[in-house]
Amino acid sequence: MFTFENITLEFTVEEKKVPILHDIDLQLEAGKMYALTGPNGSGKSSVARVAMGIYQPTEGRLFYKDEDITSLSITERARRGIGYAFQQPARFKGMQVKDMLEYAFQHSDGVNCQVLRQIGLCPDDYLERTLDTSLSGGEMKRIEIATLLARNPKVRIFDEPEAGIDLWSFEQLIDVIGDSHREDTTTVVISHQEKILNMVDEIILMEDGQIKLRGDRETVWPQIKESTLCSCRTACRLGEEIYADCPR
Amino acid sequence: MLTALDKKLLEEVADLHDQPPGAYNIRKDGEGIERRSLEGIEIKTKKDQPGIDVIVAAGKEGSVHIPVILTETDLSDLVYNTIDIGEGADIKLVAGCGIHNPGSGNAQHDGVHKIIVRRGARLSYSEKHFGEGDGGGRRVLNPKTILMIEEEAYAELELVQVRGVDETERITKVEVKAGGRLVMFERLLTDGEQTANSDIAVKLMGEESTARIISRSVAQGNSSQSFTPRLMAYGAGRGHVECDSIIMDQAKVRSVPEIWAGNAEAELVHEAAIGKIAGEQLVKLMSLGLTEEEAEEAIISGFLK
Ligand SMILES: Nc1ncnc2c1ncn2[C@@H]1O[C@H](COP(=O)(O)OP(=O)(O)OP(=O)(O)O)[C@@H](O)[C@H]1O
Ligand SMILES: [Mg+2]
Repeated sequence: MFTFENITLEFTVEEKKVPILHDIDLQLEAGKMYALTGPNGSGKSSVARVAMGIYQPTEGRLFYKDEDITSLSITERARRGIGYAFQQPARFKGMQVKDMLEYAFQHSDGVNCQVLRQIGLCPDDYLERTLDTSLSGGEMKRIEIATLLARNPKVRIFDEPEAGIDLWSFEQLIDVIGDSHREDTTTVVISHQEKILNMVDEIILMEDGQIKLRGDRETVWPQIKESTLCSCRTACRLGEEIYADCPR
Repeated sequence: MLTALDKKLLEEVADLHDQPPGAYNIRKDGEGIERRSLEGIEIKTKKDQPGIDVIVAAGKEGSVHIPVILTETDLSDLVYNTIDIGEGADIKLVAGCGIHNPGSGNAQHDGVHKIIVRRGARLSYSEKHFGEGDGGGRRVLNPKTILMIEEEAYAELELVQVRGVDETERITKVEVKAGGRLVMFERLLTDGEQTANSDIAVKLMGEESTARIISRSVAQGNSSQSFTPRLMAYGAGRGHVECDSIIMDQAKVRSVPEIWAGNAEAELVHEAAIGKIAGEQLVKLMSLGLTEEEAEEAIISGFLK
């Protein structure tokens, strides 16, 4: 069980406090798959970053298997079995794909090229490539997913895994994420994709840094359509003067 | 006879675990101690100056190792080497200098290499610098490389200084004739109170001459570095200079790439960047279970690879 208890996150930008997440209460169970969805900027990646320890919450606590992990470092959380595949993978000058996979395998068991094949990259073509700007966005994204699969963590958060992945690989990607899910893992997929929302046990819908709704597909799906499709038009109607340029 | 220390230094600077495979000349504490010439690769002692001539016959393929090691304190070694790569030859040349300074005096090596890569030849040149020793004595290395790349020839230079050199003044001058190509990688790490200056001047003399200079450095502790790569196109050449430094602790880095063109067909680009290790890189590696220190180490070793 992974628990967010009253998590609030604020950033200070130019001496002003900007609220990012507000009072997030969430229990994620082992063996379940979750989709975290909601409009751009609603706080999905921030939730993931708080879970991984990259952002320190302003208030609230986090628990993993009954342990309070709020003050644990990223490293300590990783070693306890929490993993995150970044929305925008970092690029590294000089570091090769095989180095990265070796680091990923270091604190888990098993080393092979299987993870690269799983995400549709031939090891012979990619192991010695450098993780710099010479790799395309989609390739970087696949390698990012491969590092998470390599670690095989108990809590695994994929942040928009489909972004930049071409259409025919998308089906394969969904299978890989689904197949890697186990009875003792908690899988969270941050996504806007209907196919992904269809494969999970529960959907969590975020809006403005809060959890607006959670439930099965039937409950949440109608709300998502409304929330994402109408946000712009609603905003325009709410304040003509402020959103005068908003496309209708 | 090579001692265990000699072998360690040779391994550090020239990747030598055993006798070098091709031609070689090993210089220790100011004297040549082992040498092998081969047919088509002649190594001779210079008559008028300390140093050697390496003469590679046209069309010859092979490797040459000419490492220098210093194992004494209070020693200043000055050497002039001339390397002549014949037309169409294809040679891997490994130079490099390893210093073990056991005492409190200076151990200094000033190496002047004059290299000509003749028409159509290929040279892959690697020069690694390494220093160690706990007597508190300074380890100083001042390499000067003067390289001429003739028509349609190609030279790849790898200049690396990774640990333990207190002071270095590196001068590299290259002339590239028509159709000639130069690729130069410089990698440098300084720490503590070390200083490193690298001054590179590359002249593109002819049409279709090209040069790529990639300089990567990491400055730690209280060390300081200065880079002044200059790329000058007298002919219709193309060139790219890239200086990229990671700065840490209280280090100082100065990077001044300069480009100059005297030909309307020339195309030159320079880029320079100094910055700390990117937070997103650290965070990524830590999320794989590495500690912050391990993550820094991994990023630096990749960057300097
Ligand atoms: N480091 C930061 N500093 C300041 N503001 C931030 C920071 N990180 C996120 N934010 C802000 O927090 C809000 C939520 O961002 P977040 O990345 O969590 O959104 P998201 O739901 O993942 O969006 P998307 O669908 O575009 O990926 C945004 O308004 C963003 O600008
Ligand atoms: Mg996001």
